[in-house]
Formats: sequence, structure tokens, C-alpha cells
Amino acid sequence: MTQAPLFRPVAEHGLLVEFGDRLEEATHAAVLRLDQALAADPFPGFAEAIPAYVNLLVRFDPLVTDHVRVAAHLQALLRQPAGAAQAGALRTVDVVYDGPDLAEVAALSGLTTGQVIATHLSGAYRVALYGFAPGYAYLSGLPDPIRLPRKEAAIRGVPAGSVIIAAGQCIVTTLTMPTGWWIIGHSPTPILDPNGPRPFLFDVGDRVQFRQVTA
Amino acid sequence: MTARLQIRFAGPHVSVQDGGRPGLARFGVPQSGPMDRTALAAANLALGNPAGAACIEVSLGGLTLECREGQVSFAIAGGGFIVEHAGRKSGAWQVATLRAGEILTLRPGPWGAWCYLAFAGDLQAPTWLNSRATHSQSGFGGGKLTTGGTVDIAAPRLVPHLAPDAPLPCPPFVRPLREIRATLGPQDRFFTPDQIAALEGAVWRMSGAYDRMGVRLSGPKLPPDAPLDMPSEPVARGSVQVAGDGVATVLLADHQTTGGYPKIATVLDADLDRFAQLRPGEAFQFRLVSPAEAVAHARLMARLRTTWLASLGRQR
Repeated sequence: MTQAPLFRPVAEHGLLVEFGDRLEEATHAAVLRLDQALAADPFPGFAEAIPAYVNLLVRFDPLVTDHVRVAAHLQALLRQPAGAAQAGALRTVDVVYDGPDLAEVAALSGLTTGQVIATHLSGAYRVALYGFAPGYAYLSGLPDPIRLPRKEAAIRGVPAGSVIIAAGQCIVTTLTMPTGWWIIGHSPTPILDPNGPRPFLFDVGDRVQFRQVTA
Repeated sequence: MTARLQIRFAGPHVSVQDGGRPGLARFGVPQSGPMDRTALAAANLALGNPAGAACIEVSLGGLTLECREGQVSFAIAGGGFIVEHAGRKSGAWQVATLRAGEILTLRPGPWGAWCYLAFAGDLQAPTWLNSRATHSQSGFGGGKLTTGGTVDIAAPRLVPHLAPDAPLPCPPFVRPLREIRATLGPQDRFFTPDQIAALEGAVWRMSGAYDRMGVRLSGPKLPPDAPLDMPSEPVARGSVQVAGDGVATVLLADHQTTGGYPKIATVLDADLDRFAQLRPGEAFQFRLVSPAEAVAHARLMARLRTTWLASLGRQR
């Protein structure tokens, strides 16, 4: 059971709605429920909502509304009967398991590379939040046997499309950026298509399944 | 018909910017766009362009362009930069026309950190996620300007102006601000009452660690009073984020959209353009305001800006 959320003001244009301070599934589910309810029933002056693990940043136009009125609208949404959060679409992402760190992940996990691949494929992933860089969707649900801390130092210039894991999460990268996560493969599935009608494959809350492909 | 400009010199952090990419933060995409949004809008509106049209954002590194072909009117706004155009020296905040063979240089003057060069025409630059704003970490969008490159202006227009370098008004509310309004939090619970008093009482300075993602501040160290175990949270432009070493950073146009460091305060968006015009080494203070005061201030500033911006197209 989650507690009544806290509303924390953010400058003249935001309210951070906080459902807890620890990473728990019920807390994140409450964030997603409010995010969905707000998308279905926005208030005048609504600008955007940014979901994360335990809170939702609701941004608004201060020329149209203010913190008190936005909080009242959100309270009304929260009072609605708590239907189950929508399950989120299932997205399939192809992976070629040819990453430079695959062997080291296997060695550190006490597994063969084949077992690392099978373990990664067995995960039930969800898009927890976006962060770090455009299109970087943090996928929760990495299976325990291949949970490793981040590497000591980041590697520069890791190409877009890399499948990287660390700290219980997985990301399919969308830009060439540095990373300290373990690179286990690459994906030919477009995650960020800047000119497409739907530039981002995932929305927060979506479920993700990986599928092994060769080259 | 195109006006072609050669980049004889471009300092670091000189890039194409437009109104940016609002509404994509939930996908990890910051809005980007100009560090001083008011100045970019002013330069565009002075030429009759849409307020958010693509412009060149000039940093303290400066810029020199040579017009190789064609002719095009331009407007310059933002910061007290110095402009040299066809051998004449003047201040920023002007409308003029650049003709083939002429050289235009913008460099830092008495005040300000960012200056905007708008053209009466369509600045040719790549679009990414529906915007030509350059996202500095990836380089996507219109892109950074580099020495030796060219800038093409399609469909260049000549805009009538009264003098060769017709001045634009530069009102006090576009100048750097020494008293920066902020609301407390949203993670003020990580800080002691003494630290929050120090936030407001101290004289802060912009450090040299200043780019489009943010500016590190010189001032008191405010190490968070609790273990840094907060899960990553959404982050707003203007957040005053404090890392484990106690150094405060104000997040700006290209900030990351989520992060795990506590934010002791958030600078009002209405003061952020003027904050960004402070230079490394310049001093300011924070003034904490209530959410209701923040909204009232934003509405007042919006009225002033809207009235002024609406007048610009008529003042050449």
C-alpha cells in the first residue's frame, strides 16, 4: 500500500508528486497510474509529465494555472477508484550477443556466455524511466544471476544500439556516448527514430522482451 | 537564391539554436534551445521571423563570418557583445544587412555571456526531433559552428532599417541579474537549516565550468546531510543540484532529464535567461520565494517581455 503522495513545488512551473523514497514496485506502479490518469484527463495549462521511479514531475504554464490548482486536479485524479495500471505495450527488441564484455560478464557471474545470453533473454523487462541521454530507456527486470555493479571506469564512444547492463537494469543505447555499464551485444531494432511518426519505441511502463538474432 | 557565409572563426559552444524540443523530457530529451530564450526571440521578431526560428547562438568564444554570396538582413540581440561589421564597430542589439564581401564579427563586450544572430531567411541546418536546436552532448540538431565551415541562408530577405546598424532597444529586464529567485527544494530535506541559510546568505559566483548543460558555482560547500541513496528523479531546467562533494551546479538548457543528486532549490524559469547572461567570475545571490510569489513573478515578467517583444518589429 502506498501512502498519500507529497507535492513538492518546483520553481513557478512544476510539482513533484512523490509516492515514496524507496525503489519499490508498488511505488512505481502508483507513479505510472497517475501519469496515465493525467494523460487521459489533463488540466488547462498542462505542459508535460516526467515519470521516474518514485515520483512524477508535473510541469505547467504558470500564466494559466498555479501550484494550488494543479495539486487540486492531481488530488482529484488520485481519488478516482484505483483501477489496475494498464499493463503497457509489449515491445520486442532483437539482440546480437556479440558485445566486448560478454566473456567478462560470464566470468564474473560464474556462468558460460551461453548461460549469460539465456539469462538475459529470460528477463521480464519494464521501461522504468528515461534518463542520461535522449532515448535512454532504463529497463528494470534484469535477472539476478547477471546483476553486476558498474565498471570502475567508463568507456568512451560506445556506439548507438549497444545492449548494456548494470545495477539490475538494461539499456539499449540510442547515441554514441560513454558508459560504465557492461556491453553484452548490439540491437538492430530502432529505439529512437528521429524522423518517424513515433520517434521513441518505448513509453515508460511498456514491457520489453529480447529476442536473439544473428548479425 | 541563397546567401552563403563562410565561418572565418568560431569559438567553442557556438551552435545553431531554435525554440527547442518542448515536451520530450519523458523520453530523456531536454528542451535545449537558447540559453537566453528572450534574446533569441527578440532577434527573430526584429526581422519579422517567427519567435523560435533557427539562429546562431554565440558564446564568449566569439564568431567571425564572411559573406561570400548574396545579401541578407540580420539582427543581433543578447548580451553587451561588440559587433564589427564592414569596418564599423557598434554594440549588439541592432538590425543591419550583410552583403557579399563584408565581414561580421561578434565578440564579448562589457556584459553578457550569450548573443544571438538571426537572419531574415531560412538558416540551413539539420533538423533532429523536429528542431534545429543543437543538443551539445550528441551534436544532433543544427550543429556546432566550426572554423572553415559555411552557413547558408535560403530565401534571404532585405528588411528595411533606418540606419546602417539600426539599434534595437535593450531594456533592463534582459540584463544579467544579481538576485536570482528560486523556490526551495524539491530535495531540501537533504540539507540542514544552516546550509539552507547559507544558500540564501552567501555570495555565489559563476565558475569557469560553464557549458550548455549547466554551470558549477563557486561558493560555500553544502554536502548533503544524508546518504545519497535517492533513486533517480525527474530534473527541471534551473535545478540547483548538489553533488556528494557539496558543490552546487545550476542545470541549464541541455541538462539531463533525470538524476540522483539532491536539488536544494530550483531557479525560477522567469529568471533563468538573465542568470545565463552572468559570466564566469560574476557574483550573485539566491533569493528564496514561495510558490505563489514565483507564479506572480513569472506573470509580471511575461507581461513585460510580451509587450516589449511585440514592439520590436515596429522599431527598426
